[in-house]
Amino acid sequence: MDMPVPLHHYLILSGILFSVGVVGVLTRRNAIVVYMCIELMLNSVNLTLIAFSRQLGDLNGQLFTFMVMAVAAAEAAVGLGIIIALFRNRQSVDVDDVNLLKG
Amino acid sequence: MLNQYIPVLVMTLAACGTAAGMIIATTIIGPKREFEEKMEPFECGVSPVSDPKSRFGVRFYLVAMLFIVFDIEAVFLFPWAAVFRELGMFGLVEMLVFILVLTVGLAYVWKKGALEWE
Amino acid sequence: MVIVPPSIDLAAVGPELILTGAASLLLLVGVFLKEQSRFLNPWIALLGVILAAGCASSSLFPHTTFQGMYAADLFTRFFKLLFLLGTGMTILISIKYTADEQIEHAEYYALLLFATIGMMLMAAASDLVTVFLGIETLSLSLYVLAGYTRTRLVSNEASLKYFLLGGFATGFLLYGIALIYGSTGHTNLAKIAYAVSHGNLNTGLLTIGALLLLVGLGFKVAAVPFHQWTPDVYQGAPIPVTAFMSAGPKAAVLAVMIRVFEQSIAFMNVDWTVWITILAILTMTVGNIAALVQSDAKRMLAFSSISHAGYAMVGMAAASREGSSAVLYYMLVYTFMNIGAFGILALVARQNEQRTAMRDFTGFAYKNPALAFIMTILVFSLAGIPPMAGFMAKFYIFMSAIKAGQNFLVLAAVLNSAIGIYYYLRFAIYMYMKEDEAPSTLPPLRASLGLILALVISLYGVIRLGVLPAEYLDFAGKALLTF
Repeated sequence: MDMPVPLHHYLILSGILFSVGVVGVLTRRNAIVVYMCIELMLNSVNLTLIAFSRQLGDLNGQLFTFMVMAVAAAEAAVGLGIIIALFRNRQSVDVDDVNLLKG
Repeated sequence: MLNQYIPVLVMTLAACGTAAGMIIATTIIGPKREFEEKMEPFECGVSPVSDPKSRFGVRFYLVAMLFIVFDIEAVFLFPWAAVFRELGMFGLVEMLVFILVLTVGLAYVWKKGALEWE
Repeated sequence: MVIVPPSIDLAAVGPELILTGAASLLLLVGVFLKEQSRFLNPWIALLGVILAAGCASSSLFPHTTFQGMYAADLFTRFFKLLFLLGTGMTILISIKYTADEQIEHAEYYALLLFATIGMMLMAAASDLVTVFLGIETLSLSLYVLAGYTRTRLVSNEASLKYFLLGGFATGFLLYGIALIYGSTGHTNLAKIAYAVSHGNLNTGLLTIGALLLLVGLGFKVAAVPFHQWTPDVYQGAPIPVTAFMSAGPKAAVLAVMIRVFEQSIAFMNVDWTVWITILAILTMTVGNIAALVQSDAKRMLAFSSISHAGYAMVGMAAASREGSSAVLYYMLVYTFMNIGAFGILALVARQNEQRTAMRDFTGFAYKNPALAFIMTILVFSLAGIPPMAGFMAKFYIFMSAIKAGQNFLVLAAVLNSAIGIYYYLRFAIYMYMKEDEAPSTLPPLRASLGLILALVISLYGVIRLGVLPAEYLDFAGKALLTF
C-alpha cells in the first residue's frame, strides 16, 4: 500500500521507543516510573503493529493493537493496586527498598 | 455534495446552542453568592497553589484505576458501532454479553464500596 | 455490505465458560452475602473446576474455531485437564491455609479460576493474539495472587517484582509477535507456517521476532538467564499460590512453546533447537546448583522448579513428536508431585509461614509418620528415583532426546538429576535422621481434610504414573497427533 511516510521510519521510531523503555526499566528506581517505561515498550509495539498493518493492508495488526491497549489498561490497574499495597506497608515506592528477599 | 454536511452543521449548531444556552441560563437564573474561595480558579477541589511534590490521597488512585479499566473497554465499542448494522443480531448479542460481563465487574466494584469517596 | 458472523463453537470453550461463570459467581457471592458464608468459597470454586473437567473430558472432534484462533484438539484437552487438576489440588490445599491467614476471600478463589482460564487459552492458542490474551489473563491473576497476603511485606515485594518483571517480559513477547507479524503478514500459527515455508520473506526480521518471543516466553517459564524473579516471587508468595505457579503456568508456557516453535517457526531455516538446548542446559544447571545451597525449603523448591522446567525443555529440544509427548507427560507428573509436596510444606510452615526452613522438618517422621512417609515418596519422585512417576517422566524425556541425537544434552540432564537427588534427599534426612534438639512447645500438626484429599490425589498420580504409565503416556502421545 502507498504510504506517505515509508515503513522503516515507523520501525526505527518504534525501535527507539522500545529501547528507551528497556533502558528505563533497567535504570530507573521508582516503581511507577519503571511501570511507565513498560507502558512505553507496549506502545512502541502498538506503533510497530499499526505500521505493519498499514503496509500489509491487513487489519489483524490493528485488531492486535486493541487487545494490547485493553490489556495494558488492566495491567495498569493491577500494577497501581500492587504499588499502593506496597506503599501502605512501607511508605516508599523505590525498588531499591524492595530488598527483603535476596535476589 | 455539500448537502451531505447539513446534518453535521445542524449538530454543530445544536451543540453550540445547548452549551451557550446553559451558560446564559445559569448566569440569569442561578443564585449568586460570591466569596473568596469560590472565585479562585477551579482545580478539582485541590488548592490551586501548593507544593508540587505533595502527596495525593490514595483515593485518587483508586478512582483512576477504575476509570482506566472501564474507559478502555470503550475501545471495543467503537469498531463495533461502526459496523453495527452489518453485524445484525449477532453483533448485538455479542456486545450485550460483553457489557453483561462488565456489569458484573461494576456491580462488584460498587458493592465493594470502591465508588464511595469517603 | 453484510458481514457473515464467524463460526463460533461455544462447546469448545465450555470449560472456560464454566470457570468464568463460577468466578463471576464467586465475586458476586463475596460482596452480596454475609461474611459467615465465606466457608462456601473454596467449594464453589471446586465445583466449577469439577464441572469444567467434566466438560473438558467429553469427546471432541479436533477442529479450530473462532476464525482459526482457538484450536479445540486433543492437545488442548490434555492441557485443560492438567490445569484443572493443578487448580483443584491448589484449592484443596488452600482451604485451611486461607482460613488460618484470614485471606479466605472469594477473590482469592476467583483469581485462581481466572488464572486457569488464561492457561487454557494459552494451550488452545492457534493464533498469536490468543497466546497474548491467555498469557496476560494468567499473569494478571498471578501478580495479584502473589501479593495476596497484603499485610506481609515479603508478599508485597514478591507481587511488585513479579509485576514489573512480568510486564517487562510482556514487552519483549509483544515486540517479537509484532516483528513476526510484520515479516509473515499473519498472526495465525498455521498461516505463519505456510508463509514461512512458501514465501520469500524477510528472514532477519522473522529470526529477531522469534528470538524476542522466546525471551518473553523464557521469562514466563523462568528459564535461565531470565529466571531472576522466580526465587523471590516463589518465596514471597503464599505457599498454595507458589504451588499453583510452579505447575500449571509452566505447563501452559511450554504448551505455547510447543505450538509456536514446532508448528510455525520450525519451518524457518534457522535451527531453533540450538536455542532451546542452550536454555535447557543453563536452566537445569543453574536451578540445581542454586537449590543445592538453600537452607529454606520453600526457596529450595523454587529453585528446583526452575530446574524441572529445564528437564522439560530437554524434551522440546528433541523436536520430535515423541519429545513433545514426553514434555506433556512430564508436566502432568510434575503437577501431581509438586503440589502435594507444597501442601505438606504449607502444613509444616504453620501460621504466617514462620517455619519454612529445612530444619523445621527435623523429627517430622516421629511426630507425623504418615505425612513424613508421603513427603518422602513425593521428594523421591521429584528426585527421579524409581519406581516413582518422576523417574518414568525423566526417562521418557531423556530417551526422546537420545533418539534425536542430543547426547550431550542428555549427559548434562543426567548429571543434573544426580545433583537433584542429593538435595531432595535432605528432606528425608531431616525428617528421619535428625532428632529435635529441644522438645518443641508447638501444638502438634494435623492434616486438614483438604490436604488429605490433595495428598491422596498426589500419591495416586505419583504411583500410578510411575508403575503403569502406558495409559497416560498414550494419552499424551495422542494429544500430539491432532495438532
